[in-house]
Amino acid sequence: MTTMTTPTPSKSATPPPSVYNPKSESMGMKRTKSVAFHAVALILTAIVLYPGLWMIASSFKPNSEIGGANTSLWSANFSFDNFVTAMDGIGGVSTLTFFTNSLVLAVGAVVGTILSASISAYAFARINFPGRGLFFGMMIATLLLPFHVVIIPQYIIFQQLGLVDTYVPLLIGKFLAADAFFVFLMVQFMRGLPAELDEAARIDGAGHVRIFGSIMLPLMKPALISTSIFSFIWSWNDFLGPLLYLNTPEKYPLPLALRLFVDQTQSSDYGAMIAMSVLALLPVLVFFLVFQRYIVEGVSTQGLKG
Amino acid sequence: MTSSPTLSRRAVSSKAPLPRKSRQRAADARAGYTFLLPWLLGFIALTVGPMISSLYLSFTNYNLFEAPKWIGFDNYATLFQDERFLQSVGVTVGYVVFGTPLKLAAALAVAMLLNSKRKGQGFYRSAFYAPSLVGASVSIAIVWKAMFGDSGPVDQGLSFFGINLGGWVGNPSMTMPMFILLTVWQFGAPMVIFLAGLKQIPADLYEAASMDGAGPVRKFFNITWPMLSPVIFFNLLMETIHAFQIFNSAYIISNGEGGPAGSTLFYTLYLYLRGFSDFRMGYASAMAWLLLIVVGILTLIIFRTSKSWVHYSGDSK
Repeated sequence: MTTMTTPTPSKSATPPPSVYNPKSESMGMKRTKSVAFHAVALILTAIVLYPGLWMIASSFKPNSEIGGANTSLWSANFSFDNFVTAMDGIGGVSTLTFFTNSLVLAVGAVVGTILSASISAYAFARINFPGRGLFFGMMIATLLLPFHVVIIPQYIIFQQLGLVDTYVPLLIGKFLAADAFFVFLMVQFMRGLPAELDEAARIDGAGHVRIFGSIMLPLMKPALISTSIFSFIWSWNDFLGPLLYLNTPEKYPLPLALRLFVDQTQSSDYGAMIAMSVLALLPVLVFFLVFQRYIVEGVSTQGLKG
Repeated sequence: MTSSPTLSRRAVSSKAPLPRKSRQRAADARAGYTFLLPWLLGFIALTVGPMISSLYLSFTNYNLFEAPKWIGFDNYATLFQDERFLQSVGVTVGYVVFGTPLKLAAALAVAMLLNSKRKGQGFYRSAFYAPSLVGASVSIAIVWKAMFGDSGPVDQGLSFFGINLGGWVGNPSMTMPMFILLTVWQFGAPMVIFLAGLKQIPADLYEAASMDGAGPVRKFFNITWPMLSPVIFFNLLMETIHAFQIFNSAYIISNGEGGPAGSTLFYTLYLYLRGFSDFRMGYASAMAWLLLIVVGILTLIIFRTSKSWVHYSGDSK
């Protein structure tokens, strides 16, 4: 595409807010436009949310009403039976155990990521040392690296260390800042903080540990919150990692348990399968409802993916 | 990304006498590496080391139990005679080529719809973003499989309109559209990024264009597209790389087998099956390196061509 042909390129750095020009539109026209906008947006919302609503509705329906022609979200026979079955778990392990496992992994991921990513980001953003630029470039490059290139050797390493079927392979990367996205996010954030802060602290004799701990960390709250939310949700939804490394059902997190459940029940108990899917998503949904503002804003300012 | 002229210099050292300056520099170097230690360790142990050994393994026969046996380029040569491999390439390329542009187009269209001051914007943004957060989860894959099951709700809904596609999950020619719908459904993540980009475009550009009598189409191609091109570029790059790595939904929807008739045998699923079901780790490593090379070349192409269509406004510091 060519560049702009507009005769008056803007010079102003701060554009005026795009309010409606009352001269250009009559009141009636405005109303029609607004109604049209909401009609389109609501239809889109219905389409986008339908799978989720279908899932929730089906989890309360008896099996006979889930498959086939039942596109309806409503049922006269709502019950919690599916959830009761789903909570029983699979292979003699209760779903509560899977929940606990998922929680341990997700909390571990959050703690590890917050610690390691913030420390590394401080080095990249605030300390001048030889090789920093080079390392920073390498860190960015790992953002583009398909992780399949490393999973086979990683598996071999952990297998030889006897760490398969433990949580170590799933968590160690989090404590070693392996999610470059979060390091990058924090570097960008820290670069936005005024340099006078650490200069003043330095004059007062503070070292890097103090500057990091008592000045940077408290100021980085928004970045830390985004990181926590996303690392929690990503860990909660992670499937490939547990699939590779865990073989005892007692250690399974929910996604893996869910797969086991599907494998063993197949289509015989659709309702319970969907109820368990709902349970597995529940924390993510609750997180989203509570933090949706942070999440959506975090994405737009930091370019995170879903 | 070499050295660091962009970073703020510390004023402290400029006034201090020389010995102190160099002492400070040494202290900074020590502190820098200490703070970087976790990342450095992870980078070497979990990225660089594995990359090198994966490259080595790709030239060997290795099954995890016996020592790797060097076989040169055999794995790579075999790959191109492996019909399942070729099929997995076809499936993945189809998914990337059709899914990614459709997803981005949906994201951009909806972002433009939402980019006006109206009530309920926050609600719509959140509602549209939600699928991106759960899209790759096992739960959603299960729901998708149930909804798109042959004579399932989607099929039934369509037959109400007189459309009969002969099922989705069990119909080899319909599994790809099903996966594309799954990725397009997650348009919310790029949409939110587009929205942020649209908000950066000065409104007076549009006003000036209106005064010159430009219609919406002209405004889109002469203002929106060029001004948004850096964001389009970012989304295109990230979504493309992302799409190549689809795994969870492919695994769940196809019961980990890639059926029916191999129509859902995505590249990463085949890599997983070769490496971790058949324990042909050398073969799978060769696949991983091919993926790396292809994604690398693609990234390069996107970067190269971006010069001709990505417009960076000169007034950014």
